[in-house]
Amino acid sequence: MTHKNIAFFTTEQLPSLAPPSNTVGATAWIRQNLFSSPINSIFTLLGLYVVYLTIPPLLNWAFFSSDWSGTSRADCTTGGACWVFVQVRLQQFIYGFYPSTDIWRVNLGFLMLVALMAPLFIEKTPRKGLLAAFLLFVYPVIAFILFSGGSFGLSVVTTDQWGGLMLTLVIASVGIVASLPLGVLLALGRRSDMPIVKSSCVVFIEIWRGVPLITVLFMSSVMLPLFLPEGVTFDKLLRALIGITLFQSAYMAEVIRGGLQAIPKGQYEAAQALGLGYWKTMGLIILPQALKMVIPGIVNTFIALFKDTTLVIIIGLFDLLGAVENAIKDPAWLGMAIEGYVFAAAVFWVFCFGMSRYSISLENKLHTGHKR
Amino acid sequence: MSEPQEQTAKKDLSVSEEVVIEIKNMNKWYGAFHVLKDINLEVYRGERIVICGPSGSGKSTVIRCLNRLEEHQKGQIIVNGNELTSDLKHIETIRREIGMVFQHFNLFPHLTILENLVLAPIWVRKTPRKEAEALAMQYLERVKIPEQAKKYPGQLSGGQQQRVAIARSLCMNPQVMLFDEPTSALDPEMIKEVLDVMIELAEEGMTMICVTHEMGFAKKVANRVIFMDAGQIIEQNEPNEFFNNPQSDRTKLFLSQILSGH
Repeated sequence: MTHKNIAFFTTEQLPSLAPPSNTVGATAWIRQNLFSSPINSIFTLLGLYVVYLTIPPLLNWAFFSSDWSGTSRADCTTGGACWVFVQVRLQQFIYGFYPSTDIWRVNLGFLMLVALMAPLFIEKTPRKGLLAAFLLFVYPVIAFILFSGGSFGLSVVTTDQWGGLMLTLVIASVGIVASLPLGVLLALGRRSDMPIVKSSCVVFIEIWRGVPLITVLFMSSVMLPLFLPEGVTFDKLLRALIGITLFQSAYMAEVIRGGLQAIPKGQYEAAQALGLGYWKTMGLIILPQALKMVIPGIVNTFIALFKDTTLVIIIGLFDLLGAVENAIKDPAWLGMAIEGYVFAAAVFWVFCFGMSRYSISLENKLHTGHKR
Repeated sequence: MSEPQEQTAKKDLSVSEEVVIEIKNMNKWYGAFHVLKDINLEVYRGERIVICGPSGSGKSTVIRCLNRLEEHQKGQIIVNGNELTSDLKHIETIRREIGMVFQHFNLFPHLTILENLVLAPIWVRKTPRKEAEALAMQYLERVKIPEQAKKYPGQLSGGQQQRVAIARSLCMNPQVMLFDEPTSALDPEMIKEVLDVMIELAEEGMTMICVTHEMGFAKKVANRVIFMDAGQIIEQNEPNEFFNNPQSDRTKLFLSQILSGH
């Protein structure tokens, strides 16, 4: 029993006031995030000092006191970056050893790709399925004919003349597009109840995940010819594409398997109860949810694949990095190593960051009430 | 098999003589654990059966065996003349005729409500899309939520989701509807809206087997109440007799526990 009168009521509606001035706005943000405690304040000041030490000299080297125009080593007069080197060798960096007269074919091919892919990103495009199917099955044939020639009056350009950024993009796109469906099949196979299917998938995945990509490429280039009958050769680029695809599909399979495992059993049961068979259940119910869930992992694998393409140097193909390294060794351009590598790194970063941002926008777009 | 007229004012819920589902000496083991012992049951067309019992009694397992979500090791299950074996063709035929509503709804979260409903008719029964959508809207109106058609399951309340789940099963025009504790995951306010839908379904003559703790529902529409414990059917009777005159001690104990809260 309490002797205090606890009954209370009010008819007054309290007004809504503005919050205290030091809890909102820029000052509040700085206070909360940068100077919230003595240690954080010290770190902030330290960080600012590091930025002061590194960024201005870097910007100075790269942009403000650098050379952008010229034709030879002699034009690198300032002490900063000599982008003349990149500008002069740009064609090799982008197209490799592709004959200058036929570069329009490469440009046309990639322009077509951009033109075909752009509508897929626009919401209103009708018949996206048809476009995607065209892109997936017909475009590669067109691009291959364009790039390697031999028909329609186009002169032959063998695949070992392909190089630079163009080669990187060819290898990366084929690898990405081929490893995803293969990875899906492997993941489904590994979760299958049929022992032969399951064990073959496990063996495949563990073998290809267990060896470094360099050894895969090396073996495909050096060892494969030993097993083939006399005179039969496999195109070098094709060997690299197959090796990279199989390698990446093993990684992709495990990423996707993680997603499959996360789908509640009830989803499978509801689909079964409705009479949907295995493939319809997977295709309509399970995979859409699983793939959506592991977009971060999938894009991660794609980005890794993009950078792994640089390893084709080991079999004598000169992708972007290979072309840069080749140019650095040119006696006419000694000491340009830094500019070359910075350029290569910047290009890779642009593509990888682009993939990363696209993945985030894809996740946001597909976040259609998935969380219950 | 119909209720005495003064019990409740409801439509004539007569049951036919035709056997839709026959379970003969069904036994099931989970590994070494004998979970269902000698289940014998004949389900007549138009019958509404409620299965009740303590948890772990195997009541959900029994109905999950009917559409092969669980496999039985011994005995026979015959649905519409089709025996349920590991033959995939039989399983798929049987699954088309049996609809199931789950405790946790199991709607497909990446599809809209309408897409959830038309998926099976389009892909299993090969119904054209326009026809399937018309059918789906019809059933959505029957469960009283036609305005939710374009929303996603995550945007609906539990009661609404369960009603969508019922509509989804109905779109396949099943001959038998199985309900596995359909209201156990719902807030009390939402239980009524789902039970109302189920009662309407029963009054239209749907053959139903319902695992539930909602004894009010059993008293209202069931023809038969079955009590299971430890994998066995202990007692079954029409609701009146079952609730007022339980024969087995275990039934008496269970009823005293479950009805004490009312």
